[in-house]
Amino acid sequence: MNKNIDTKKIIISNPLKLDCGKEINNFPIAYETYGELNSEKSNAILVFHALTGDQYVSGKNPITNKDGWWSYVVGENKPIDTNKFFVICANVIGGCMGSYGPSTINESTGKQIGTDFPIITINDMVNAQYELIKYLEIEKLFAVVGGSMGGMQVLQFVANFPDKAKLAIPIACTSSHSAQNIAFNELGRQAIMADSKWENGFYSNYKLSPDKGLAVARMAAHITYLSEKGLQEKFGRKLQDRDSLRYGFEADFQIESYLRYQGSVFVDRFDANSYLYITRAMDYFDLSKQYKGNLSDAFKETKTKFFVISFTSDWLYPTSENREIVIALNSIGADVGFVEIESDKGHDSFLLDVPSFLKTLGDYINSTYKVINERRI
Amino acid sequence: MKEEFNIISNLIEENTRVLDVGCGNGDLMKFLQENKTKDIRGLEISKEKVQNCLSKGLTVIEGNAESDLKQFPKSSFDYVILSQTLQAFLNPELVINELLKVGKKVIVTIPNFGYWRVRLQLLFKGTMPVTENLPHEWYNTPNLHMCTIKDFYNFCSSKNIKIFKSIALKKSRISEINKSNLNYKNLDSHLGIFLIEN
Repeated sequence: MNKNIDTKKIIISNPLKLDCGKEINNFPIAYETYGELNSEKSNAILVFHALTGDQYVSGKNPITNKDGWWSYVVGENKPIDTNKFFVICANVIGGCMGSYGPSTINESTGKQIGTDFPIITINDMVNAQYELIKYLEIEKLFAVVGGSMGGMQVLQFVANFPDKAKLAIPIACTSSHSAQNIAFNELGRQAIMADSKWENGFYSNYKLSPDKGLAVARMAAHITYLSEKGLQEKFGRKLQDRDSLRYGFEADFQIESYLRYQGSVFVDRFDANSYLYITRAMDYFDLSKQYKGNLSDAFKETKTKFFVISFTSDWLYPTSENREIVIALNSIGADVGFVEIESDKGHDSFLLDVPSFLKTLGDYINSTYKVINERRI
Repeated sequence: MKEEFNIISNLIEENTRVLDVGCGNGDLMKFLQENKTKDIRGLEISKEKVQNCLSKGLTVIEGNAESDLKQFPKSSFDYVILSQTLQAFLNPELVINELLKVGKKVIVTIPNFGYWRVRLQLLFKGTMPVTENLPHEWYNTPNLHMCTIKDFYNFCSSKNIKIFKSIALKKSRISEINKSNLNYKNLDSHLGIFLIEN
């Protein structure tokens, strides 16, 4: 993590009461914007990032020097066309790209907050980002969009602010984190906490970093983002830079080498404590429980149009869980469209070049924008 | 197609809430959106067709009428339309019952298997009929439960389903169906259009 890069940042002075009971104030939210806000302020789209995402949706990420995490979707002449839309994305609180998180320096001690950072929830993340929308003086967003944990934030945003977005697009997500997903997150957290360099979360005080634990967490999680078929087709039993097995524990197979690589590059850009906090926020997410077991009640107040998207090979946030959102919306007569996109790329499909996804999403956003503008005139 | 759309559109009051079950590529939805009401939804089983609809900005849900109509609350639509799809369901009776629950009124259109051109093919050629309106061969047809105008008419009366309006279409000629001309309309029309209510 490079903390020296200039990130756009605002300080939220309004106190924010967290679900855990604690209150935070004067905390930073780092964000990035793309495109221009029109004079009517009617073309703003708030994008929510997933677990390991950040505010750098499109263009070059100045920290990793790689393409932004949603470059297939957001950019000039992309499905969310920045020639037309003003796209905003903020780093979630708990994150490590400039927003208030466990790696933020505590001014009074000069040290990272570490695990003294309060437990945050999806609800807290969304409430913090709403402060950014207020700061940007946008009365009503055209759309809120996000995949995976970003999709959970979309759902929570509409529940919290029923008249602040015309369109909501939750992608490959759930309204309530499943036992299987909690289990995978717990595996990742245990890998980090089992690393002797974790130091109960205060590793930075000792100039240490639980890289091994974080890499293992990433490797395990990465498997859940793919599909069996995708893995088999891409890697099969292919060997890595060798003609035969070495009878040892080196990375004989390409899949091993690939996972090791994924783990090793991840630790350069992500903070281990952030990984703990954000996975915890996902685990705690249960929107229907917030509404006494009736998910429909979360959306009762809203006129927001919904478009729910899932992927055939996504077993982490399967179609059945996405459909539950659709059913809850239908049962109150909300305006909801839904499609399951055919793809072998697993949960990661929403981040990748899946043409039918990109086309449907882009066409839908553009024609809905046109219809809503025509109606207003 | 155009005549059928016009007839359906004329059966619908303006600015009402409409659901098109088996909406295909959304042609009827578009037509109604331009002529009658903005508040229209679709349900379609084919992914590709759902994507086509969504690309046009139409609110469509991928799903199966036989299992997914349940999720809509009772009488949540003023009209539910089932255009030339009834014959393709495994259980048409169940679908009609679901439609009548979800919609205050239901519009069903059926390709008429009693049309004389259809009857002649079976009578003289001795093969399953293939017509402009029913273009499939017996081995690849999606139509599992073909029926005639008279069959549907009788079905409604036996199940105590009220028929508000029944219209016969031949080419572009439109006429009303009633008890006394039922046999003739059943022979001379390629499409029947029914406005029904529970």
